[in-house]
Amino acid sequence: MARIEEYIPIVGQPVIDDLRLLAERLKGKVVQNINSTSVGGGVAEILHRMIPFLKELGVDAHWDLIKGGEQFFEVTKKFHNTLHGMPIEISQQDFDIFLDTSRMNAEEINIFGDIVFVHDPQPLALIRNKAKNKWIWRCHIDVSEPNQKVWRFLRSFIDSYDAAVFSAPAFSQKLPIRQFLISPSIDPLSDKNKELSQESINSVLKKYNLPKDKPIITQISRFDRLKDPLGVIETYKQVKRHIDCRLVLAGGGASDDPESAEVLGEVKEAAKGDPDIHILLLAQNDIEVNALQRASTVILQKSIREGFGLTVAEALWKAKPVVASNVGGISLQIAHKYSGLLCHSVEGASFAVKQLLSSPDYARRLGENGREHIKNNFLITRHLKEYMLLFLSLYYPEDIVYL
Amino acid sequence: MPELTKAKEPFVFYTRLHLSELTGLRASTLGQLLELIKEVNGSCIYQHTHRFLQQHQHLSPEPPNDFAYWITDVLGEDELGEKLASIDLTQFTTIRSLREAITATIAAYLDKNPLAKVRFSKEGEEFHFIKSVSFVLPTNYVAYDLKDFMDILEKISIDSIYYHIFEARLRLERNTNDFSNWIETSIGNEKLAKEISRLDPYTFTLDGLRNKLIKIVKRKIPD
Repeated sequence: MARIEEYIPIVGQPVIDDLRLLAERLKGKVVQNINSTSVGGGVAEILHRMIPFLKELGVDAHWDLIKGGEQFFEVTKKFHNTLHGMPIEISQQDFDIFLDTSRMNAEEINIFGDIVFVHDPQPLALIRNKAKNKWIWRCHIDVSEPNQKVWRFLRSFIDSYDAAVFSAPAFSQKLPIRQFLISPSIDPLSDKNKELSQESINSVLKKYNLPKDKPIITQISRFDRLKDPLGVIETYKQVKRHIDCRLVLAGGGASDDPESAEVLGEVKEAAKGDPDIHILLLAQNDIEVNALQRASTVILQKSIREGFGLTVAEALWKAKPVVASNVGGISLQIAHKYSGLLCHSVEGASFAVKQLLSSPDYARRLGENGREHIKNNFLITRHLKEYMLLFLSLYYPEDIVYL
Repeated sequence: MPELTKAKEPFVFYTRLHLSELTGLRASTLGQLLELIKEVNGSCIYQHTHRFLQQHQHLSPEPPNDFAYWITDVLGEDELGEKLASIDLTQFTTIRSLREAITATIAAYLDKNPLAKVRFSKEGEEFHFIKSVSFVLPTNYVAYDLKDFMDILEKISIDSIYYHIFEARLRLERNTNDFSNWIETSIGNEKLAKEISRLDPYTFTLDGLRNKLIKIVKRKIPD
């Protein structure tokens, strides 16, 4: 894994100097992160990089997991979907399963942090263990229009935290605690985003039997209904009527998502009979994701809902033209017609893809602008800085803090 | 050949790091926006008139404020958007007076254009009020004369320049920017101090501003 100094050529020395100054102010504080999975999904990915960086800077950071069985994760997946506005009925039994597992976790987990940093709803109820330490709830999902029954239930825990963090302004709700806006980030030196040789890219294409004979449209995402994989196939079919191309739908599963196998089945069914649609179920292999993004002509992210949509930042960092739904944090990453194209429907997405395939100069310009925007706002160094400021804010209630 | 003047007091470069605090307050009409602008914390007014400067530092030499952007792009009230975008921020030395200018501009427009009151933003495109939280801390860079000062300007973070030029003058109500203040009081070069304070920093990108400052200061340093 890269060391902090290696980011200097990308972001400049002063940015790294600032990180060191902040880390000094956090000396003596123990930061304990807690979430529900160590693999799959954006949260685990961010923590895998964030923790070593905080440690390297001298912040005493730790990462612990809660435990949960199949039933628990089915319930939290339901919570997740209803918070995103999907009409799913939640029963008292669901709440009971959540509370039982939370109680067990609260008994088993060792809380030792001066700052306890809880990620997403799964470990939310651990707040019952709050003593004199500070607790932050990091919400990574889009809660702009949450199911009120579930939101009220979660609020009974959220309100006891010292602060909450959301990824986009629209996700904020009126809460009795401080709430901060911190967007997630990508790591430009990780396997998923680092530069790759053409040889490495070609070898991945060869492995998946993906010829370079036609433009490649790609969506990288988990097989999840909220990512609208069927809408992606429909978009591709509409483009294909006019421009010959291939579609790559690639992604893995996450250990806390029991629905993905079912969705993958539906996707395979919809793609049946078209040899130019490539459905790739990737094991956790970031180099391959990187290579597929770099080999693509256009990247799609046709999500129905998004917490943030880090795959958009990944694609833009590679200067790829992106067509994405105007949901969640995607509008923070793409300024329409400046750093990508935003859409609201299958028809809009296919029109945008056709435009980009037909106008490579325009596509290149959008990609280059996108890369610059990601460099200034969505790299891990900015994220690290804001997390350290967040930790410090717990001890300073003012709007202007002199450190 | 004139010698470099040693400063009476050295200039310590500070940096300002920023965190956005959400308020949960949102507006979907011009009327709601006006009422909330009147009552929100001054740190919200500061945030929405300065956010573009830092977030789109590479993009726009003339950053619009968030209010103007929303009113133009979401509500489609171009005339009012233009009026708000062209408010000369250098004319204000307090957030209070800036807030009054913004509210007076919107209120006057609403009086003249009652139909503007019934325009709603689309769902999901509401204006969200955000508060700016600043963390100010000293860097290791200290200048004892103009040559040091210029050398540091070349390598200091953009956040430091931002702090001493924008935040010090308006948010901390120091009347002028920190650079001009030091050059006048510690170096004794009133002309150079005035030259810097006369700049309209809002019309530069932050890197463009850095280069301009270096150019101005360089001329005053003996070879």
